[in-house]
Amino acid sequence: MAVERGRVRWQCRRSMLELDLVLERFLATEFDALSEEQLADFEDLLRCDDYDLWAMVNGSKPCEVERWQETIARLRQC
Amino acid sequence: MGHTDSLEALSVNVAKRTFDAVIVGAGGAGLRAALQLSEAGLKTAVLTKVFPTRSHTVAAQGGVAASLGNSTEDHWHWHMYDTVKGSDWLGDQDSIEFMVRKANEVVIELEHYGMPFDRTDAGKIYQRPFGGHSMNYGKAPVMRSCAAADRTGHAMLHALYQRNVRAHTQFFVEWMALDLIRDAAGNVLGVTALELETGEVSIFHAKATVFATGGAGRIFYSSTNAFTNTGDGLGMAARAGIPLEDMEFWQFHPTGVAGAGVLITEGVRGEGGILRNSGGERFMERYAPNLKDLASRDVVSRSMVTEINEGRGCGPHKDHLLLDITHLSPEVIMKRLPGIREISIRFAGVDPIKAPIPVVPTAHYQMGGIPTNFHGQVIVPKDGNLRTPVPGFYAAGECGCASVHGANRLGTNSLLDLLVFGKSAGESVVADFKSGDLSLKPLPADAAEFSLARLARLESQQEGYAVADTRLAMQRVMQKHAGVFRFNDLLKEGVAAILKVAEAAKSTIINDKSRVWNTARQDALELDNQIEVAKATMISAEARKESRGAHVRDDAPDTPEHPNGRDDQNWLKHTLWYSADNHLEYKPVQLKPMSDDVEPIALAKRTY
Repeated sequence: MAVERGRVRWQCRRSMLELDLVLERFLATEFDALSEEQLADFEDLLRCDDYDLWAMVNGSKPCEVERWQETIARLRQC
Repeated sequence: MGHTDSLEALSVNVAKRTFDAVIVGAGGAGLRAALQLSEAGLKTAVLTKVFPTRSHTVAAQGGVAASLGNSTEDHWHWHMYDTVKGSDWLGDQDSIEFMVRKANEVVIELEHYGMPFDRTDAGKIYQRPFGGHSMNYGKAPVMRSCAAADRTGHAMLHALYQRNVRAHTQFFVEWMALDLIRDAAGNVLGVTALELETGEVSIFHAKATVFATGGAGRIFYSSTNAFTNTGDGLGMAARAGIPLEDMEFWQFHPTGVAGAGVLITEGVRGEGGILRNSGGERFMERYAPNLKDLASRDVVSRSMVTEINEGRGCGPHKDHLLLDITHLSPEVIMKRLPGIREISIRFAGVDPIKAPIPVVPTAHYQMGGIPTNFHGQVIVPKDGNLRTPVPGFYAAGECGCASVHGANRLGTNSLLDLLVFGKSAGESVVADFKSGDLSLKPLPADAAEFSLARLARLESQQEGYAVADTRLAMQRVMQKHAGVFRFNDLLKEGVAAILKVAEAAKSTIINDKSRVWNTARQDALELDNQIEVAKATMISAEARKESRGAHVRDDAPDTPEHPNGRDDQNWLKHTLWYSADNHLEYKPVQLKPMSDDVEPIALAKRTY
């Protein structure tokens, strides 16, 4: 079954403004072009705890999950 | 799926769920209240827009205040004095006494829930100093803040969430409450709510309704708040005829990144960061010769705005100032302030090792809210009693106004507020439940009609204003007319301007009419709530003709007759704003403490 894009979009509402802003840029520039597979990886990444997600986005913690790495690299550019 | 069909289906068949208690919001206050109810065996539902651990409580870094006296001598009398003084005497002294006396209990409880507090060598909870907290009535700084590194809110929320899971609290995640349900007598009977996944509306019918929806800082253009902070509880309460209290009082943090709002912690100035104007001058030396860049938040914020207003702002629009740490060694910055460097590079495009960070005072915390007493019961003026509880309705945390922060909040008192009043609201519900004061009152036939009409309006609206444009218009009006420094003319224009935006908000349009996971519709529904808060703020601020705490007017300056511009003769009172006709009422401040164990804190000039 196709991943519901609206649901993933809503998962981008986070507890801290830093992540909201990065994810807002990602939604505006990259999100619509994601393949089904990329979308599933993105949704999986969004299950992370906010402090861990932010640490991976700002580079203070390495991303060790392979399926997240492409998205983290893109988020780091946002 | 055709949207017309689905709407008809909605109006004829709204699902109803029944609980002992429904709590709206799963941040610190909501989770603390839920725990009290679930552990007492009440059937409790918690509605939350986002997963509980994505609530904005997570972003609170500083700590939670309690006079445990683990690191220095301390006493709840001193904490009470600091809080009353911090509030510029607008805080209710009964509520403040209640909060500071409960502080140790709620912190120790949290420790038992597994909260990983920092420790002293002896194994006790380590406490650190924080601005505005003192020993012996302002004589010296005290160590009162209990913290878990720089992620206190995060650790607190996770501890409370785990505990709720254990207590079998029932969570409705990704549900947005729409409107408060009241009967003709004014009793609160629950809420209507939208399930994002299905787009369907349900009625949550309950004996008790607790609002814990947090603040509404996103009404301002520049805000440190996460996107989710849209003041939903305040909007719902206001639309249902409940007044909002002291909404003119907003705390601005001095150092939000210009344009983005992301907070740069006070710790940066603690490490030696210096604020500079367009001439490179360390201007805080003029405003606070002793504490300089480390003066209290409101003092630094006002000094910054004065610099901007007098033409010494930086950048092409002269609209911000610079936070300079270039004189610190790169090693110190990398070691002690790594997160700040990352934030600056990402959100300001500046490496602070090489160039100063553009910053501007940024909306941070809402002191006002839904009026409550220290039991967490929502109170309104009725039949001559200014503090009559609304049967079945409770509020806690940033959305409530007990009022402990008055005109200005002290750091670390917000996490304390949500623990103490979350618990107290929960205890009140349990007590009212056991005494038989709470019963399941019959729902009016039209309980869901108002919410359904709002949704139907959004579905059918063909012409009007884009939600994002309307929200931006609101944020710009609030920033310009009700910011750090307030001017009579600007406030008067601001009232007209915000009412105009509110009018436009009645005809917002969304292009996406789909039912499931419709984030455009979410934005529109949230804007309805934000508009209520914005009106309350502007109208209350325009009316208060004095300066007090965070509300500072240019035409109410510091004079011998009115120190700091404060006018106790006329304005030592709480504002109550009513949405229906925008009228204001006032009620006295509770100057008498809760008990005879402590003398009232006498009025004095607030100086540090």
